[in-house]
Amino acid sequence: MRITFPHMGNSYIAISSLLKELGLDVVVPPPCSKRTLELGTRYSPEFVCLPFKINLGNYLEAMERGADAILMAGGWGPCRFGYYAQVERDILRELGREFNMVIIEAPDSRLTSLLNQVRRMGIKTSWFQVWSAIRLSWEKLKAVDRLEALQHYWLPRVTDKGRCEKMIDAGLKAVDGCDDLRRMAEVVDRVERDLSGLERDVDNGSPLRIGLVGEIYTLLEPFANYCLERQLGRMGVEVVRDVNLTQWVNDHLFGGFLPSAPSLHATLSLAEPYLQYWVGGHGRETVASTVGYARRELDGAIQVAPLTCMPEIVAQSVLERVQEEEGIPIMTMYFDEHAGEVGIITRLEAFLDMIRWRKMKTGDTDAKNLFGSRCRFCQHEFGGS
Amino acid sequence: MRVGIPRGLFFYHFYPQWKTFFNRLDWEVTTSPPTNKKMAGGGILTAVSEACFPVKVLYGHVLELAGRGVDYIFMPRLVSIEQRSYICPKFMGIPDMLRAQIPGIPPLIDLCIDVSRNEGNLYRELDRWAKKMGLRPGRVRKAWNDSTRATCELEAICRRGYTLGEGIAIWEGKTAVEPGPGDLTVGVLGHCYALNDPLISLGLFERLREMGAAVVTSEMLDPQKIEAAAARLPKRVFWTVGRKMVGTALMLDEDPEVDGLIYLTCFGCGPDSMIARIIEHRVNKPFMLLTVDEHSGEAGVVTRLEAFCDMLRRKRRLELAHNLSPYGEFLYSH
Ligand code: SF4
Ligand code: SF4
Repeated sequence: MRITFPHMGNSYIAISSLLKELGLDVVVPPPCSKRTLELGTRYSPEFVCLPFKINLGNYLEAMERGADAILMAGGWGPCRFGYYAQVERDILRELGREFNMVIIEAPDSRLTSLLNQVRRMGIKTSWFQVWSAIRLSWEKLKAVDRLEALQHYWLPRVTDKGRCEKMIDAGLKAVDGCDDLRRMAEVVDRVERDLSGLERDVDNGSPLRIGLVGEIYTLLEPFANYCLERQLGRMGVEVVRDVNLTQWVNDHLFGGFLPSAPSLHATLSLAEPYLQYWVGGHGRETVASTVGYARRELDGAIQVAPLTCMPEIVAQSVLERVQEEEGIPIMTMYFDEHAGEVGIITRLEAFLDMIRWRKMKTGDTDAKNLFGSRCRFCQHEFGGS
Repeated sequence: MRVGIPRGLFFYHFYPQWKTFFNRLDWEVTTSPPTNKKMAGGGILTAVSEACFPVKVLYGHVLELAGRGVDYIFMPRLVSIEQRSYICPKFMGIPDMLRAQIPGIPPLIDLCIDVSRNEGNLYRELDRWAKKMGLRPGRVRKAWNDSTRATCELEAICRRGYTLGEGIAIWEGKTAVEPGPGDLTVGVLGHCYALNDPLISLGLFERLREMGAAVVTSEMLDPQKIEAAAARLPKRVFWTVGRKMVGTALMLDEDPEVDGLIYLTCFGCGPDSMIARIIEHRVNKPFMLLTVDEHSGEAGVVTRLEAFCDMLRRKRRLELAHNLSPYGEFLYSH
């Protein structure tokens, strides 16, 4: 049996490590590409949300590489995700694919359920093996989060963006290949050292800081958001993102109780004046984080979600008020298979320009700091220096 | 006290109950009129453009009530109306959405109705509200318990063959126009607030009846049989409406009286994007998915409905010819 699972950003690094260490034969789907999306879209319900379509493309491409089992999470609502696996299985069966679907259902979405299913497949794992598998993939999650945070920090601050991105990619690859618990931190430390050796962009000493909120898949999967974080970084913006993999695992699998791991539980109350109830998905987290970003004096927030995403539509409806009352500019971006990169970059640029003018008007800082030494429109030099 | 109940979303399931509840507390109840273009237009301008049409229409109704100077607007947070089920994430956020986007909105009575675990939650919520309003909790609880009978009454009316919209009219003592018999029978699926709102559905029921088709909706069927049919899926559908639609579709699919099925869905509806597919791939009868939004025109819908009904009639003739072929001589004799 060769097992696969859907992509979500860099989570494959930890998931594949976990499954491998449990003794399973793993097929990591090829990175999400245009083809993945085309395949997925062809067989998905027309109006289903984007992650579903990319999931389906992942499965089909993994099956081309010999996968015959799929690991997927379930859920009990209120949002569509809880029923994804059911409909995905329907579709693949109708396409004549033969496979096993391992669905981890809440409330026993804990590891024990996965283990029982693994054991049912006839694979014997000792508790010690399980424990080390979990520890290793947890370290990998932490390493991935750290690398992403490094990218957020350094990409806007260095002149050679391409090299910076390559260093991060190399770091991710090294983490993926590393199976020694103790060496994981060293791998990231080395990337950090290399990054700090890059030439700084003196014109962008204190970059704009933009907080990202929204639906988790769209946040974490660069293919689903047209590499939003890198686009922003290349435009000289430091990205801040409360949602990440360790936070998600901590909040959803451990009830937010893991010490030494980030959690959004404590900040949820920030949403209270605007949204008084949970609304499925990440709707409430979106509102809470945005308020938090405003209080941390970030320059703006961008909400991302798949088109028709219900929890995010609820969040978006109240974000207009958050924008007014907390004084933080917010832009919402929805993504589907028809989105185009050019349009996205144009919208980002317009949003950033608006923020810069706003900052200049409030006298926070001068033009040179905001626009670099030359005006983007007429190329005249700012400040005469 | 005058409380306004907007004619949108689950109004079509619960208006009799909600009205009874407030009447028992000696409050006056008023509703917004049936959706018209102007109201829908107001909703479209106020809600975020990505919201589904029924939510925009609801905004329109709330704006209308706000303009009429009611003391309160009743807009419960319908999280869950039965165990282990939800309706839609948007239902869980709607009071907050309205407050955030309609400046000067009258105070909302946003009772949080969540019985996904048990009924206890609901009574605690009623007590909380009673205290806030300075009412005796016992009185509020009693009013609520008494009011549930109205829902049973509405359901009983609909079981006699009426849609929810007609059922409410009958419940209020109006005489309903008897739908004439049709030569076709069509099962109509979808959310009650889409089907029964003539502006959203573009008069679907009426159009079908004009074309000689009798309509069957889930409210006309035995709810237990619907549940049983829905339970055939490998995993329980956790959306109240979605499960009902799956069960209804599977049930009607086996009913020899029913010629075909129409699923009316609103563009951008999350649950429907999955449920419609689940149904489409499980039924054998002719199935039509009709997607509408604020830009849909009546003409386009009528054309599709006519084509569908024609197809059903042709199919029926063919089947008749096929079934009767051994007795072919009788075929055209009457
Ligand atoms: S949260 Fe959004 S993306 Fe996720 S299942 Fe719900 S609608 Fe789809
Ligand atoms: S169920 Fe569909 S139509 Fe109803 S509010 Fe939710 S998304 Fe809109």
